[in-house]
Amino acid sequence: MDHHWKSRVEQVAQEDLVMFINACLACTGQREFYDDAYGQKVSLDFLHDYILGNYRLLYARSLAAGINHFNQSQIILKLLATGKETLPEHRQEEGALIAATLKALPPQRAFKLLQQLRQQRINNRRARAIAKEYLASRTERLAFDAVKYRSKIRSIAVHIHLKLEGELGNFLFGNWKKSFQTELFEKFRQGYYSANAIYNLPFTVAEGLAIKHNIPREVFLSRIESQMTITEKLRLQQSGKRVGKEIEVDFHRLPLTRLAMYVLSLSLQERQQQYDSLHSALLQSAFSALRRSPMQLGRVAAVLDCSYSSFGSSEKRRRPLGVALAVYYLLSTASKEFHCFWTSPVDNPLQVIPKGQTNLATPLLEALSWNPELVVIISDGWENDPPDGAAFVLRLYRTKLDPTRQTGIVHCNPVFNADDFSLRAISPLIPTVGLRDAEDLPTMLNFARFAEGSAPLEELEKYLAAKAQKMLAE
Amino acid sequence: MSKKAHLIENIALQGLEIAPSQVWGAIRIVPLIRQNVRYDLRLSRRNYDSDITVVSLEGEMMAPGVKYISYVPHGLVLSWSNEGYPAVALGGQLMSEGKRLACGAVSVQVMHRMAKREAENQLRFLPLHLAMEGFLSLFFSGPQVAWSEYSKQALRQGLSPRYESAIAGRDIFGLEEALRVFEIHSQQVGVLLFVSDALASAFVVPTPEDYRALHSSLLLDFYGELLYYYGQHGSTTFMQPSIDEGKIDSIASLKQALDRMRSEWGEFHGFMAGDLLGRSVSAKRVYTAGNFTLQRFITDLRLKTENHIGEAIVRDNGELEYLKTYRLSEAQTRRVYLLSQLAAHDWHLEATAKALRNTVEELIMRLEKASFGYLVNNQLLEKAHKHNKKR
Repeated sequence: MDHHWKSRVEQVAQEDLVMFINACLACTGQREFYDDAYGQKVSLDFLHDYILGNYRLLYARSLAAGINHFNQSQIILKLLATGKETLPEHRQEEGALIAATLKALPPQRAFKLLQQLRQQRINNRRARAIAKEYLASRTERLAFDAVKYRSKIRSIAVHIHLKLEGELGNFLFGNWKKSFQTELFEKFRQGYYSANAIYNLPFTVAEGLAIKHNIPREVFLSRIESQMTITEKLRLQQSGKRVGKEIEVDFHRLPLTRLAMYVLSLSLQERQQQYDSLHSALLQSAFSALRRSPMQLGRVAAVLDCSYSSFGSSEKRRRPLGVALAVYYLLSTASKEFHCFWTSPVDNPLQVIPKGQTNLATPLLEALSWNPELVVIISDGWENDPPDGAAFVLRLYRTKLDPTRQTGIVHCNPVFNADDFSLRAISPLIPTVGLRDAEDLPTMLNFARFAEGSAPLEELEKYLAAKAQKMLAE
Repeated sequence: MSKKAHLIENIALQGLEIAPSQVWGAIRIVPLIRQNVRYDLRLSRRNYDSDITVVSLEGEMMAPGVKYISYVPHGLVLSWSNEGYPAVALGGQLMSEGKRLACGAVSVQVMHRMAKREAENQLRFLPLHLAMEGFLSLFFSGPQVAWSEYSKQALRQGLSPRYESAIAGRDIFGLEEALRVFEIHSQQVGVLLFVSDALASAFVVPTPEDYRALHSSLLLDFYGELLYYYGQHGSTTFMQPSIDEGKIDSIASLKQALDRMRSEWGEFHGFMAGDLLGRSVSAKRVYTAGNFTLQRFITDLRLKTENHIGEAIVRDNGELEYLKTYRLSEAQTRRVYLLSQLAAHDWHLEATAKALRNTVEELIMRLEKASFGYLVNNQLLEKAHKHNKKR
């Protein structure tokens, strides 16, 4: 009886953690096709508090599980706010994980997180120490950060009572003398007073000063091109066109999912005209992604959802479809044999648009009759032609036609359902994992065996511990 | 050469398939698919923005005569070609129509006729209002013989004004959201709209492109008040077709089972709409456009069941090109039923009462409840009230 109770407790813990990690993989608190932003934020917040309260160590270790930046920030803030509850033997690991995660986050997110400390009234020794350590770890780049994220660093320094050394303090708090020794500060000071000097500064900084100096947009954009980062160049493609400026972007240097979503934002005509460059850029990007996290697969079939709901929402425009397109390129480069089956017929993947009903059953059947080793389904799970058609197919396939599990089937869902804190599953017989970027697919395929529910809690704990160790070792 | 107008005798959705429904809250939307789309008939939308529209049903536009007054947010423009060539879809071209007046803060548009030919192969009509006008004018005239039971007003004016009220689609809870998240099939030309699994309306247009443009117009239509209450308090039932799984042993048989599942969904939705589909209707021709007949209809009036009014365009081979229906509320059905009984008995109160197995006083009370009390003269009315109180 006791043993039964214990195993049931463990099963519940395993299910909770898998649910939490899946949510953290897919959810970013933004509006989705079927849900609104408020519902997403409330559900996600509840999940965080629940796991924090009940499984603190595993909550901290999930920082290393490959979840998205939004949730990593949430975890760090909640851990810092409730530091009293950490058990003494876990304190060091927790602190190290937080520091390592902060280092790995993009700097703007890390600074925003530390700024949130003040807004959320998190004021304890550990939080101050971590913020101080992060700023110290920036070393020479701190001058650049101080110019680009002036207000953030200012409010962080004020909150943690940090005395800023040398010119940094003077620069941030308006105590400007005749000139600065530090080159960047001097450039900013000159840009502040003279319109011509702003072109030596990073793009976002120069943008603000250009408005201050009333420089017309076209003039500004034409002169600032050399200072833009590649994502900024991508972001300004359309506004550049509007003022008649062609901004050159090296497409193949962009991350795969971001590039896929950019391609989808172009009109069908533009995609056709630039077909060659876009196609080769996507392939190159897929190769780079695989170099970073290698994956070798055999005969793979992908079932991809291009129905109307893959449009996402105005906050996450075309993300589900972008993930599908990116996975298409990733799997076609990573597999020996690859075939793709869409919900509505698509002759050329670059011409796909979010249109039509969600018919997963027919492409799934076609994929299964192709006899693959692995089937990857990318869909938000809201099936309607017919409802539960794919669930029916999967149930009969797994129970009657393939009971030994010769074919692996994984469902990757880029959309979080706020109502039941889950990613909508197509069938309980196949694992459902969250996916925000196609580049995370190798990690997700590894995580899938836990989402199936058959692996015991110990294995999940070992998996998270190993991931945490790996993160701390880097 | 005049062709005999093809008037429908029942609504059978010829040429259309029913696909599985999509559910959101209390709203169930069933797609209707057309496989064989011919582009010789097109329908496009024209928006109006006046607060009130007055339609002159007979005679000159601004002259006195019978008028239909309602809130008309949009009209439909029908364009057809005679020889089977693709017709031109005109889109919502702004054409100045009728006359616009301002009455204080309210803008009024006066239009000429419910269905008006604008060019050689172009007809403008007001959807659903066409059917409603037909409904309101049913048995409209009132007594022909000046029976003494009727009031002077009835003998002079007939049933004027004859009015009914309905609820705008926007006020049905969840309809807007359901239409927003609905995924339109590639060959979809229409829907069956259910609110809390009660049939609200059937809507069919000639081509899938027309449907995509008109999908959101379901919000601008009007619906009976029953559907308003169903939308507030209702929900949809969970449905699952049952397939015999014992015989499935291969991918091919799985495919067959899936096809059977789809056709079962289609059949079941057809069954759910059974009080409209297959029901006999009486139709009246409104306009003949080439090979197509625009007509309005009403189902055979039966109390205690659903009754629908609507309009349809049918090809000469019987295929349904356009359909729009409105479900009458109980009160509306009762009203028109009483009127039909009165008309059938020459508006003679005693004969009608006998046919309905009521006394004359009971019949007068029924008329009063149906808001036709003003037809009967005052003495009889008071007598009926007294009689009622005694019981």
